Amino acid sequence: MFYGVNLKSRLMLGTAQYPSPAILAEAIAASGTEVITVSLRREGTGGTAFRDLIRASGCRILPNTAGCHTAKEAITTAHMAREVFGTNWIKLEVIGHADTLQPDPFALVEAARVLCADGFDVFPYTTEDLIVGEKLLEAGCQVLMPWGAPIGSGQGLRNAAGLETMRAHFNGVPLVVDAGIGAPSQAARAMEMGFDAVLLNTAVAKAVDPVGMARAFGNAVEAGQMAYSAGLMPPRDMASASTPIFGMAELA
Amino acid sequence: MYSVLGAGVAGLCVATALSERGLPVELVAGPDIPASHWAGGMLAPMCEGESAPPEVVHMGKHAADWWSARFDGVHWRGTLVVASPRDQAELQRFARATRGHHTVDPADYEADLKGRFSRALYFPEEAHMDPRAAMACLRQRLADRGVATVKTPKGQIIDCRGLAARDQLPDLRAVRGEMLVVRAADVNLTRTVRLLHPRFPCYVVPRGQGIYMIGATMVESDDDGPITARALMEMLSAVYTIHPAFAEAQLLETGTGLRPSFPDNIPCIREAGGRIHVNGMYRHGYLAAPYLAEELADRLTNEIQHAS
Repeated sequence: MFYGVNLKSRLMLGTAQYPSPAILAEAIAASGTEVITVSLRREGTGGTAFRDLIRASGCRILPNTAGCHTAKEAITTAHMAREVFGTNWIKLEVIGHADTLQPDPFALVEAARVLCADGFDVFPYTTEDLIVGEKLLEAGCQVLMPWGAPIGSGQGLRNAAGLETMRAHFNGVPLVVDAGIGAPSQAARAMEMGFDAVLLNTAVAKAVDPVGMARAFGNAVEAGQMAYSAGLMPPRDMASASTPIFGMAELA
Repeated sequence: MYSVLGAGVAGLCVATALSERGLPVELVAGPDIPASHWAGGMLAPMCEGESAPPEVVHMGKHAADWWSARFDGVHWRGTLVVASPRDQAELQRFARATRGHHTVDPADYEADLKGRFSRALYFPEEAHMDPRAAMACLRQRLADRGVATVKTPKGQIIDCRGLAARDQLPDLRAVRGEMLVVRAADVNLTRTVRLLHPRFPCYVVPRGQGIYMIGATMVESDDDGPITARALMEMLSAVYTIHPAFAEAQLLETGTGLRPSFPDNIPCIREAGGRIHVNGMYRHGYLAAPYLAEELADRLTNEIQHAS
Protein backbone atom coordinates (compact mmCIF):
# COMPACT_ATOMS: atom_id res chain seq x y z
CA MET A 1 0.00 0.00 0.00
CA PHE A 2 1.37 3.36 -1.00
CA TYR A 3 -0.44 5.92 1.12
CA GLY A 4 -3.57 3.79 1.04
CA VAL A 5 -3.33 3.04 -2.67
CA ASN A 6 -2.93 -0.53 -3.85
CA LEU A 7 -1.04 -0.94 -7.10
CA LYS A 8 -1.30 -3.96 -9.32
CA SER A 9 1.75 -3.11 -11.37
CA ARG A 10 4.80 -2.44 -9.24
CA LEU A 11 6.68 -0.57 -11.92
CA MET A 12 6.74 3.21 -11.71
CA LEU A 13 7.91 5.04 -14.81
CA GLY A 14 9.60 8.40 -15.33
CA THR A 15 8.46 10.53 -18.28
CA ALA A 16 11.63 12.43 -19.26
CA GLN A 17 13.89 12.01 -22.30
CA TYR A 18 11.56 10.04 -24.56
CA PRO A 19 11.81 10.64 -28.32
CA SER A 20 8.25 12.01 -28.30
CA PRO A 21 5.14 12.18 -26.13
CA ALA A 22 3.53 9.65 -28.50
CA ILE A 23 6.28 7.09 -27.86
CA LEU A 24 6.07 7.86 -24.15
CA ALA A 25 2.34 7.08 -24.22
CA GLU A 26 3.00 3.78 -26.01
CA ALA A 27 5.75 2.88 -23.53
CA ILE A 28 3.45 3.60 -20.59
CA ALA A 29 0.79 1.34 -22.06
CA ALA A 30 3.29 -1.43 -22.88
CA SER A 31 4.81 -1.39 -19.40
CA GLY A 32 1.49 -1.78 -17.63
CA THR A 33 2.53 0.86 -15.11
CA GLU A 34 -0.10 2.69 -13.08
CA VAL A 35 2.16 5.43 -11.70
CA ILE A 36 4.23 7.88 -13.70
CA THR A 37 6.48 10.62 -12.38
CA VAL A 38 6.66 14.06 -13.95
CA SER A 39 9.15 16.86 -13.33
CA LEU A 40 8.18 20.47 -12.94
CA ARG A 41 11.26 22.34 -11.84
CA ARG A 42 12.69 23.11 -15.25
CA GLU A 43 9.48 23.19 -17.28
CA GLY A 44 7.63 25.46 -14.86
CA THR A 45 4.20 26.80 -15.67
CA GLY A 46 5.04 26.75 -19.40
CA GLY A 47 4.83 22.96 -19.58
CA THR A 48 1.03 22.68 -19.68
CA ALA A 49 0.79 21.06 -23.11
CA PHE A 50 3.14 18.23 -22.17
CA ARG A 51 1.37 17.71 -18.85
CA ASP A 52 -1.98 17.45 -20.60
CA LEU A 53 -0.56 14.66 -22.77
CA ILE A 54 0.77 12.94 -19.64
CA ARG A 55 -2.62 13.13 -17.96
CA ALA A 56 -4.23 11.48 -20.97
CA SER A 57 -2.38 8.25 -20.07
CA GLY A 58 -4.87 7.77 -17.23
CA CYS A 59 -2.06 6.85 -14.83
CA ARG A 60 -1.77 8.14 -11.31
CA ILE A 61 0.69 11.03 -11.37
CA LEU A 62 3.59 11.23 -8.96
CA PRO A 63 5.04 14.70 -9.54
CA ASN A 64 8.70 15.02 -8.63
CA THR A 65 11.04 17.76 -7.50
CA ALA A 66 13.90 16.71 -9.81
CA GLY A 67 16.41 19.50 -10.28
CA CYS A 68 15.93 20.99 -6.80
CA HIS A 69 19.09 21.49 -4.77
CA THR A 70 17.67 22.98 -1.56
CA ALA A 71 14.81 22.14 0.77
CA LYS A 72 13.22 25.47 -0.01
CA GLU A 73 13.21 24.90 -3.79
CA ALA A 74 11.80 21.41 -3.28
CA ILE A 75 9.02 22.67 -1.02
CA THR A 76 8.04 25.39 -3.49
CA THR A 77 8.06 22.90 -6.37
CA ALA A 78 5.93 20.46 -4.35
CA HIS A 79 3.32 23.13 -3.75
CA MET A 80 3.27 24.00 -7.43
CA ALA A 81 2.89 20.30 -8.26
CA ARG A 82 -0.07 19.94 -5.91
CA GLU A 83 -1.74 22.88 -7.59
CA VAL A 84 -0.98 21.74 -11.13
CA PHE A 85 -1.83 18.05 -10.75
CA GLY A 86 -4.32 18.15 -7.89
CA THR A 87 -2.53 15.40 -5.96
CA ASN A 88 -0.87 15.20 -2.56
CA TRP A 89 1.65 12.71 -3.89
CA ILE A 90 5.13 14.08 -4.30
CA LYS A 91 8.38 12.34 -5.12
CA LEU A 92 10.79 14.37 -3.08
CA GLU A 93 14.23 14.77 -4.59
CA VAL A 94 16.75 17.14 -3.11
CA ILE A 95 19.96 16.82 -5.06
CA GLY A 96 23.19 17.18 -3.14
CA HIS A 97 25.63 16.86 -5.97
CA ALA A 98 25.12 18.04 -9.53
CA ASP A 99 27.22 15.33 -11.16
CA THR A 100 26.26 12.16 -9.30
CA LEU A 101 22.77 13.50 -8.48
CA GLN A 102 23.21 11.93 -5.05
CA PRO A 103 20.44 13.00 -2.65
CA ASP A 104 21.26 15.50 0.08
CA PRO A 105 19.90 13.56 3.09
CA PHE A 106 19.92 16.55 5.45
CA ALA A 107 17.88 18.83 3.21
CA LEU A 108 15.71 15.84 2.27
CA VAL A 109 14.67 15.19 5.87
CA GLU A 110 14.08 18.91 6.42
CA ALA A 111 11.86 19.20 3.33
CA ALA A 112 10.05 15.92 4.15
CA ARG A 113 9.16 17.20 7.62
CA VAL A 114 7.65 20.41 6.22
CA LEU A 115 5.76 18.68 3.42
CA CYS A 116 4.38 15.83 5.57
CA ALA A 117 3.11 18.38 8.07
CA ASP A 118 1.47 20.16 5.19
CA GLY A 119 -0.53 17.10 4.18
CA PHE A 120 1.66 15.82 1.34
CA ASP A 121 2.17 12.09 0.75
CA VAL A 122 5.92 12.17 0.43
CA PHE A 123 7.94 9.60 -1.53
CA PRO A 124 11.51 10.54 -0.59
CA TYR A 125 14.38 9.66 -2.93
CA THR A 126 17.06 8.62 -0.47
CA THR A 127 20.10 6.37 -0.09
CA GLU A 128 20.11 2.95 1.62
CA ASP A 129 21.22 4.62 4.87
CA LEU A 130 19.11 3.25 7.72
CA ILE A 131 19.36 6.29 9.95
CA VAL A 132 18.24 8.64 7.20
CA GLY A 133 15.39 6.20 6.53
CA GLU A 134 14.34 6.32 10.19
CA LYS A 135 14.47 10.12 10.22
CA LEU A 136 12.27 10.22 7.13
CA LEU A 137 9.70 7.92 8.73
CA GLU A 138 9.83 10.05 11.85
CA ALA A 139 9.22 13.11 9.66
CA GLY A 140 5.99 11.47 8.51
CA CYS A 141 6.94 9.61 5.32
CA GLN A 142 5.14 6.29 4.85
CA VAL A 143 7.22 5.16 1.87
CA LEU A 144 10.99 5.18 1.31
CA MET A 145 12.70 5.22 -2.06
CA PRO A 146 16.33 4.14 -1.79
CA TRP A 147 18.51 4.47 -4.87
CA GLY A 148 19.87 1.46 -6.69
CA ALA A 149 22.70 3.55 -8.13
CA PRO A 150 23.13 7.21 -9.22
CA ILE A 151 20.30 8.54 -11.41
CA GLY A 152 20.72 7.64 -15.06
CA SER A 153 23.80 5.47 -14.44
CA GLY A 154 22.22 2.10 -15.22
CA GLN A 155 24.54 0.43 -12.70
CA GLY A 156 21.78 -1.55 -11.05
CA LEU A 157 21.79 -2.42 -7.35
CA ARG A 158 25.21 -1.04 -6.53
CA ASN A 159 24.99 -1.91 -2.86
CA ALA A 160 22.77 -4.96 -2.90
CA ALA A 161 23.81 -6.03 0.61
CA GLY A 162 22.92 -2.58 1.96
CA LEU A 163 19.54 -2.76 0.25
CA GLU A 164 18.93 -6.24 1.75
CA THR A 165 19.67 -4.82 5.17
CA MET A 166 17.33 -1.92 4.54
CA ARG A 167 14.56 -4.28 3.43
CA ALA A 168 14.99 -6.33 6.59
CA HIS A 169 15.21 -3.28 8.84
CA PHE A 170 12.08 -1.55 7.57
CA ASN A 171 9.79 -4.53 7.69
CA GLY A 172 6.31 -3.48 6.61
CA VAL A 173 7.33 -0.10 5.21
CA PRO A 174 6.74 0.18 1.45
CA LEU A 175 10.17 0.47 -0.16
CA VAL A 176 10.71 1.45 -3.78
CA VAL A 177 14.07 1.10 -5.50
CA ASP A 178 14.40 4.36 -7.37
CA ALA A 179 17.14 5.28 -9.83
CA GLY A 180 20.13 3.54 -11.31
CA ILE A 181 18.26 0.56 -12.77
CA GLY A 182 19.64 -0.25 -16.22
CA ALA A 183 18.32 -3.72 -17.05
CA PRO A 184 15.12 -5.69 -16.44
CA SER A 185 17.15 -8.34 -14.59
CA GLN A 186 18.15 -5.68 -12.04
CA ALA A 187 14.55 -4.65 -11.57
CA ALA A 188 13.54 -8.27 -11.14
CA ARG A 189 16.25 -8.74 -8.55
CA ALA A 190 15.02 -5.78 -6.51
CA MET A 191 11.54 -7.32 -6.51
CA GLU A 192 12.91 -10.76 -5.59
CA MET A 193 14.59 -9.10 -2.61
CA GLY A 194 11.16 -8.06 -1.39
CA PHE A 195 11.05 -4.44 -2.48
CA ASP A 196 7.54 -3.21 -3.13
CA ALA A 197 8.17 -1.42 -6.41
CA VAL A 198 10.81 -0.16 -8.79
CA LEU A 199 10.97 3.32 -10.31
CA LEU A 200 13.02 4.00 -13.42
CA ASN A 201 13.23 6.28 -16.43
CA THR A 202 16.42 6.41 -18.51
CA ALA A 203 16.69 2.67 -19.13
CA VAL A 204 13.36 2.79 -20.97
CA ALA A 205 13.40 6.32 -22.40
CA LYS A 206 16.86 5.99 -23.95
CA ALA A 207 16.52 2.42 -25.16
CA VAL A 208 16.75 2.08 -28.92
CA ASP A 209 13.15 0.80 -28.74
CA PRO A 210 11.59 2.41 -25.65
CA VAL A 211 8.26 0.61 -26.11
CA GLY A 212 9.89 -2.82 -26.30
CA MET A 213 12.03 -2.03 -23.26
CA ALA A 214 9.03 -0.79 -21.30
CA ARG A 215 7.32 -4.13 -21.91
CA ALA A 216 10.47 -5.98 -20.84
CA PHE A 217 10.62 -4.04 -17.57
CA GLY A 218 6.92 -4.56 -16.92
CA ASN A 219 7.37 -8.31 -17.29
CA ALA A 220 10.56 -8.39 -15.22
CA VAL A 221 8.99 -6.50 -12.33
CA GLU A 222 6.00 -8.79 -12.40
CA ALA A 223 8.23 -11.88 -12.50
CA GLY A 224 10.32 -10.63 -9.58
CA GLN A 225 7.23 -9.87 -7.53
CA MET A 226 5.68 -13.27 -8.27
CA ALA A 227 8.95 -14.99 -7.38
CA TYR A 228 9.16 -13.19 -4.07
CA SER A 229 5.59 -14.11 -3.12
CA ALA A 230 6.11 -17.69 -4.24
CA GLY A 231 9.15 -18.03 -1.99
CA LEU A 232 12.56 -18.32 -3.60
CA MET A 233 14.71 -21.30 -2.82
CA PRO A 234 17.85 -20.31 -1.00
CA PRO A 235 21.06 -21.12 -2.90
CA ARG A 236 22.55 -24.45 -1.78
CA ASP A 237 26.14 -25.12 -1.03
CA MET A 238 27.08 -28.24 -2.96
CA ALA A 239 30.77 -27.84 -2.16
CA SER A 240 30.50 -29.90 1.01
CA ALA A 241 28.53 -33.11 0.94
CA SER A 242 25.57 -33.20 3.31
CA THR A 243 24.85 -36.94 2.99
CA PRO A 244 27.21 -39.90 2.64
CA ILE A 245 28.14 -40.50 -0.96
CA PHE A 246 26.69 -43.88 -1.77
CA GLY A 247 27.74 -46.14 -4.56
CA MET A 248 30.18 -43.80 -6.20
CA ALA A 249 33.15 -45.54 -7.79
CA GLU A 250 36.47 -44.83 -6.18
CA LEU A 251 38.84 -44.72 -9.10
CA ALA A 252 41.98 -43.53 -7.42
CA MET B 1 -3.69 31.66 -55.85
CA TYR B 2 -2.11 30.02 -52.81
CA SER B 3 -1.44 32.19 -49.78
CA VAL B 4 1.37 30.80 -47.65
CA LEU B 5 1.07 32.03 -44.08
CA GLY B 6 4.35 32.26 -42.22
CA ALA B 7 7.85 32.98 -43.47
CA GLY B 8 9.80 30.52 -41.36
CA VAL B 9 11.55 27.59 -42.95
CA ALA B 10 8.26 25.74 -43.61
CA GLY B 11 6.57 28.71 -45.31
CA LEU B 12 9.61 29.61 -47.40
CA CYS B 13 10.14 26.03 -48.58
CA VAL B 14 6.45 25.61 -49.44
CA ALA B 15 6.31 28.93 -51.32
CA THR B 16 9.51 27.99 -53.16
CA ALA B 17 8.32 24.53 -54.16
CA LEU B 18 4.92 25.79 -55.33
CA SER B 19 6.40 28.69 -57.24
CA GLU B 20 8.91 26.39 -58.93
CA ARG B 21 6.00 24.26 -60.20
CA GLY B 22 4.50 27.36 -61.74
CA LEU B 23 1.67 27.64 -59.21
CA PRO B 24 0.58 31.15 -58.25
CA VAL B 25 1.80 31.92 -54.72
CA GLU B 26 1.92 34.81 -52.32
CA LEU B 27 3.65 34.96 -48.96
CA VAL B 28 2.04 36.37 -45.81
CA ALA B 29 4.73 36.95 -43.19
CA GLY B 30 3.67 37.01 -39.55
CA PRO B 31 4.91 39.39 -36.90
CA ASP B 32 6.90 36.80 -34.92
CA ILE B 33 10.47 35.65 -35.35
CA PRO B 34 10.15 32.08 -36.65
CA ALA B 35 11.60 29.24 -34.57
CA SER B 36 13.83 28.39 -37.54
CA HIS B 37 15.69 31.65 -36.98
CA TRP B 38 17.31 29.98 -33.96
CA ALA B 39 18.15 26.69 -35.64
CA GLY B 40 21.57 25.10 -35.92
CA GLY B 41 21.38 24.48 -39.65
CA MET B 42 22.59 20.90 -39.39
CA LEU B 43 21.51 18.77 -42.32
CA ALA B 44 22.08 15.62 -40.34
CA PRO B 45 19.27 13.10 -40.85
CA MET B 46 21.34 10.11 -39.77
CA CYS B 47 22.36 11.68 -36.47
CA GLU B 48 18.79 12.79 -35.83
CA GLY B 49 17.83 9.13 -36.22
CA GLU B 50 19.28 8.60 -32.77
CA SER B 51 15.96 9.71 -31.32
CA ALA B 52 13.83 10.61 -34.34
CA PRO B 53 11.66 7.95 -36.00
CA PRO B 54 12.55 6.53 -39.45
CA GLU B 55 9.99 8.86 -41.11
CA VAL B 56 12.09 11.88 -40.19
CA VAL B 57 15.33 10.24 -41.35
CA HIS B 58 13.60 9.46 -44.64
CA MET B 59 12.31 13.03 -45.05
CA GLY B 60 15.74 14.43 -44.36
CA LYS B 61 17.61 12.15 -46.71
CA HIS B 62 17.66 14.55 -49.65
CA ALA B 63 17.38 17.80 -47.71
CA ALA B 64 21.02 18.77 -48.25
CA ASP B 65 20.57 18.20 -52.01
CA TRP B 66 17.45 20.35 -52.02
CA TRP B 67 19.23 23.20 -50.27
CA SER B 68 22.37 22.82 -52.39
CA ALA B 69 20.32 23.24 -55.56
CA ARG B 70 19.07 26.63 -54.35
CA PHE B 71 21.67 27.96 -51.95
CA ASP B 72 25.43 27.86 -52.40
CA GLY B 73 26.25 27.83 -48.68
CA VAL B 74 25.75 24.12 -47.98
CA HIS B 75 28.94 22.61 -46.56
CA TRP B 76 29.25 18.90 -47.26
CA ARG B 77 31.64 18.17 -44.44
CA GLY B 78 29.86 15.40 -42.55
CA THR B 79 29.31 15.25 -38.79
CA LEU B 80 31.68 14.15 -36.03
CA VAL B 81 30.17 12.71 -32.86
CA VAL B 82 32.40 12.54 -29.80
CA ALA B 83 32.10 11.78 -26.10
CA SER B 84 34.42 12.30 -23.16
CA PRO B 85 36.30 9.19 -21.96
CA ARG B 86 33.82 8.77 -19.10
CA ASP B 87 30.84 8.80 -21.46
CA GLN B 88 32.03 6.24 -24.01
CA ALA B 89 28.88 4.25 -23.31
CA GLU B 90 26.92 7.14 -24.87
CA LEU B 91 28.98 6.78 -28.05
CA GLN B 92 28.19 3.06 -28.20
CA ARG B 93 24.52 3.79 -27.73
CA PHE B 94 24.54 6.47 -30.42
CA ALA B 95 26.32 4.12 -32.82
CA ARG B 96 23.73 1.43 -32.20
CA ALA B 97 20.81 3.81 -32.69
CA THR B 98 22.03 5.32 -35.98
CA ARG B 99 23.28 4.30 -39.41
CA GLY B 100 25.63 5.68 -42.03
CA HIS B 101 28.64 6.19 -39.79
CA HIS B 102 32.04 4.71 -39.13
CA THR B 103 34.50 5.05 -36.29
CA VAL B 104 37.44 7.38 -36.93
CA ASP B 105 40.21 9.24 -35.18
CA PRO B 106 38.71 12.73 -35.00
CA ALA B 107 42.15 14.31 -35.36
CA ASP B 108 42.22 13.02 -38.95
CA TYR B 109 39.19 15.21 -39.67
CA GLU B 110 39.57 18.19 -37.35
CA ALA B 111 43.17 18.93 -36.40
CA ASP B 112 41.99 20.94 -33.39
CA LEU B 113 40.55 17.80 -31.83
CA LYS B 114 43.96 16.11 -31.77
CA GLY B 115 44.63 14.55 -28.40
CA ARG B 116 41.21 15.51 -27.09
CA PHE B 117 39.14 12.52 -28.15
CA SER B 118 40.56 9.16 -29.12
CA ARG B 119 37.67 8.19 -31.36
CA ALA B 120 34.56 9.61 -32.99
CA LEU B 121 31.65 8.51 -35.11
CA TYR B 122 31.85 10.10 -38.55
CA PHE B 123 28.72 10.58 -40.66
CA PRO B 124 30.17 11.41 -44.10
CA GLU B 125 26.87 12.05 -45.91
CA GLU B 126 25.77 14.92 -43.68
CA ALA B 127 26.14 18.65 -44.19
CA HIS B 128 25.55 21.97 -42.50
CA MET B 129 24.73 25.55 -43.47
CA ASP B 130 23.95 28.93 -41.98
CA PRO B 131 20.17 28.71 -41.67
CA ARG B 132 19.64 32.47 -41.65
CA ALA B 133 21.62 32.88 -44.85
CA ALA B 134 19.66 30.00 -46.37
CA MET B 135 16.33 31.62 -45.48
CA ALA B 136 17.49 35.00 -46.80
CA CYS B 137 18.44 33.24 -50.02
CA LEU B 138 14.98 31.66 -50.36
CA ARG B 139 13.30 35.02 -49.68
CA GLN B 140 15.42 36.64 -52.38
CA ARG B 141 14.70 33.84 -54.84
CA LEU B 142 10.97 34.20 -54.20
CA ALA B 143 11.16 37.94 -54.76
CA ASP B 144 13.12 37.35 -57.97
CA ARG B 145 10.39 34.97 -59.12
CA GLY B 146 7.81 37.65 -58.54
CA VAL B 147 6.22 36.10 -55.44
CA ALA B 148 4.70 38.99 -53.52
CA THR B 149 4.80 39.36 -49.76
CA VAL B 150 1.44 40.72 -48.68
CA LYS B 151 -0.42 41.59 -45.48
CA THR B 152 -3.82 40.08 -46.26
CA PRO B 153 -4.19 36.66 -47.89
CA LYS B 154 -6.24 36.54 -51.09
CA GLY B 155 -5.91 32.86 -52.04
CA GLN B 156 -6.32 29.39 -50.63
CA ILE B 157 -4.50 29.34 -47.33
CA ILE B 158 -1.53 27.11 -46.66
CA ASP B 159 -0.81 27.61 -43.00
CA CYS B 160 2.88 27.41 -42.08
CA ARG B 161 2.76 29.64 -39.03
CA GLY B 162 4.40 27.19 -36.63
CA LEU B 163 3.26 27.62 -33.08
CA ALA B 164 0.93 30.49 -33.98
CA ALA B 165 -1.31 27.88 -35.61
CA ARG B 166 -2.23 26.47 -32.20
CA ASP B 167 -5.59 28.21 -32.70
CA GLN B 168 -6.30 25.68 -35.50
CA LEU B 169 -4.23 22.71 -34.31
CA PRO B 170 -4.98 22.01 -30.65
CA ASP B 171 -2.41 19.20 -30.38
CA LEU B 172 0.45 21.46 -31.41
CA ARG B 173 2.75 22.18 -28.47
CA ALA B 174 5.95 24.11 -27.87
CA VAL B 175 9.32 22.58 -27.10
CA ARG B 176 11.62 25.30 -25.87
CA GLY B 177 15.13 25.44 -27.26
CA GLU B 178 17.97 27.68 -26.15
CA MET B 179 21.07 28.46 -28.21
CA LEU B 180 24.07 30.72 -28.32
CA VAL B 181 26.48 32.12 -30.86
CA VAL B 182 30.11 32.73 -30.00
CA ARG B 183 33.23 33.99 -31.73
CA ALA B 184 36.12 31.70 -30.86
CA ALA B 185 39.07 32.93 -32.89
CA ASP B 186 41.38 30.25 -31.47
CA VAL B 187 39.18 27.32 -32.42
CA ASN B 188 39.16 25.97 -35.93
CA LEU B 189 36.39 23.47 -36.64
CA THR B 190 35.03 23.01 -40.14
CA ARG B 191 32.13 20.64 -39.55
CA THR B 192 29.40 20.00 -37.02
CA VAL B 193 30.70 18.38 -33.84
CA ARG B 194 28.23 16.73 -31.49
CA LEU B 195 29.26 16.04 -27.92
CA LEU B 196 27.32 13.26 -26.25
CA HIS B 197 26.58 13.49 -22.57
CA PRO B 198 24.01 11.66 -20.46
CA ARG B 199 22.33 14.92 -19.48
CA PHE B 200 23.64 17.83 -21.53
CA PRO B 201 24.28 16.72 -25.10
CA CYS B 202 25.21 19.63 -27.34
CA TYR B 203 26.43 20.46 -30.80
CA VAL B 204 28.66 23.09 -32.33
CA VAL B 205 28.01 24.25 -35.90
CA PRO B 206 30.70 26.37 -37.57
CA ARG B 207 29.43 29.52 -39.24
CA GLY B 208 32.86 30.54 -40.60
CA GLN B 209 35.22 33.31 -39.52
CA GLY B 210 35.60 31.77 -36.08
CA ILE B 211 31.88 32.02 -35.36
CA TYR B 212 30.05 29.02 -33.92
CA MET B 213 26.45 28.27 -33.13
CA ILE B 214 26.04 26.17 -30.00
CA GLY B 215 22.80 24.39 -29.23
CA ALA B 216 20.41 23.42 -28.03
CA THR B 217 18.27 22.60 -25.04
CA MET B 218 14.97 20.70 -25.24
CA VAL B 219 12.47 21.71 -22.58
CA GLU B 220 8.76 20.84 -22.57
CA SER B 221 7.69 24.43 -22.09
CA ASP B 222 6.10 27.30 -24.00
CA ASP B 223 8.02 29.91 -22.06
CA ASP B 224 9.97 31.94 -24.61
CA GLY B 225 11.79 34.04 -22.03
CA PRO B 226 15.56 34.54 -22.21
CA ILE B 227 18.05 31.69 -21.90
CA THR B 228 18.43 30.35 -18.35
CA ALA B 229 21.74 30.48 -16.53
CA ARG B 230 21.62 26.70 -16.27
CA ALA B 231 21.29 26.24 -20.03
CA LEU B 232 24.08 28.71 -20.66
CA MET B 233 26.36 27.02 -18.13
CA GLU B 234 25.63 23.54 -19.40
CA MET B 235 26.22 24.42 -23.04
CA LEU B 236 29.36 26.42 -22.34
CA SER B 237 30.85 23.69 -20.20
CA ALA B 238 30.01 21.18 -22.93
CA VAL B 239 31.85 23.16 -25.61
CA TYR B 240 34.70 23.70 -23.19
CA THR B 241 34.96 19.91 -23.13
CA ILE B 242 35.18 19.90 -26.93
CA HIS B 243 37.93 22.51 -26.90
CA PRO B 244 39.24 24.55 -23.93
CA ALA B 245 39.84 27.57 -26.19
CA PHE B 246 36.05 28.04 -26.20
CA ALA B 247 36.59 29.52 -22.74
CA GLU B 248 38.11 32.57 -24.44
CA ALA B 249 35.23 32.90 -26.89
CA GLN B 250 33.14 36.05 -27.03
CA LEU B 251 29.43 35.52 -26.50
CA LEU B 252 27.76 37.20 -29.48
CA GLU B 253 24.19 36.12 -29.07
CA THR B 254 21.85 33.98 -27.04
CA GLY B 255 18.39 32.99 -28.21
CA THR B 256 15.29 31.09 -27.25
CA GLY B 257 12.89 29.56 -29.73
CA LEU B 258 9.73 27.51 -29.37
CA ARG B 259 9.68 24.48 -31.65
CA PRO B 260 6.18 23.72 -32.95
CA SER B 261 5.66 20.03 -32.24
CA PHE B 262 2.95 17.39 -32.65
CA PRO B 263 2.67 14.59 -30.06
CA ASP B 264 4.77 12.24 -32.20
CA ASN B 265 7.32 14.99 -32.99
CA ILE B 266 6.94 14.20 -36.70
CA PRO B 267 6.50 17.14 -39.10
CA CYS B 268 3.52 16.72 -41.40
CA ILE B 269 0.93 18.11 -43.81
CA ARG B 270 -2.59 18.22 -42.43
CA GLU B 271 -5.95 19.54 -43.45
CA ALA B 272 -7.91 21.26 -40.70
CA GLY B 273 -10.27 24.20 -40.46
CA GLY B 274 -10.66 24.42 -44.24
CA ARG B 275 -6.97 24.99 -44.84
CA ILE B 276 -3.81 23.03 -45.45
CA HIS B 277 -1.25 23.03 -42.67
CA VAL B 278 2.45 22.32 -42.92
CA ASN B 279 3.56 22.28 -39.33
CA GLY B 280 5.09 20.42 -36.40
CA MET B 281 8.65 20.91 -37.63
CA TYR B 282 9.92 20.26 -34.06
CA ARG B 283 13.72 20.21 -34.38
CA HIS B 284 13.65 19.04 -37.99
CA GLY B 285 12.58 22.10 -39.96
CA TYR B 286 15.54 22.28 -42.34
CA LEU B 287 15.38 18.52 -42.91
CA ALA B 288 11.65 18.05 -43.25
CA ALA B 289 10.37 21.30 -44.78
CA PRO B 290 11.86 20.68 -48.26
CA TYR B 291 10.40 17.16 -48.34
CA LEU B 292 6.94 18.24 -47.20
CA ALA B 293 7.00 21.26 -49.51
CA GLU B 294 7.72 19.05 -52.53
CA GLU B 295 5.08 16.56 -51.43
CA LEU B 296 2.51 19.33 -51.15
CA ALA B 297 3.56 20.76 -54.51
CA ASP B 298 3.10 17.28 -56.06
CA ARG B 299 -0.33 16.99 -54.54
CA LEU B 300 -1.53 20.42 -55.65
CA THR B 301 -0.11 19.96 -59.16
CA ASN B 302 -1.94 16.61 -59.47
CA GLU B 303 -5.19 18.14 -58.23
CA ILE B 304 -4.97 20.82 -60.89
CA GLN B 305 -4.23 18.25 -63.61
CA HIS B 306 -7.19 16.11 -62.51
CA ALA B 307 -9.45 19.14 -62.44
CA SER B 308 -8.55 20.07 -66.00
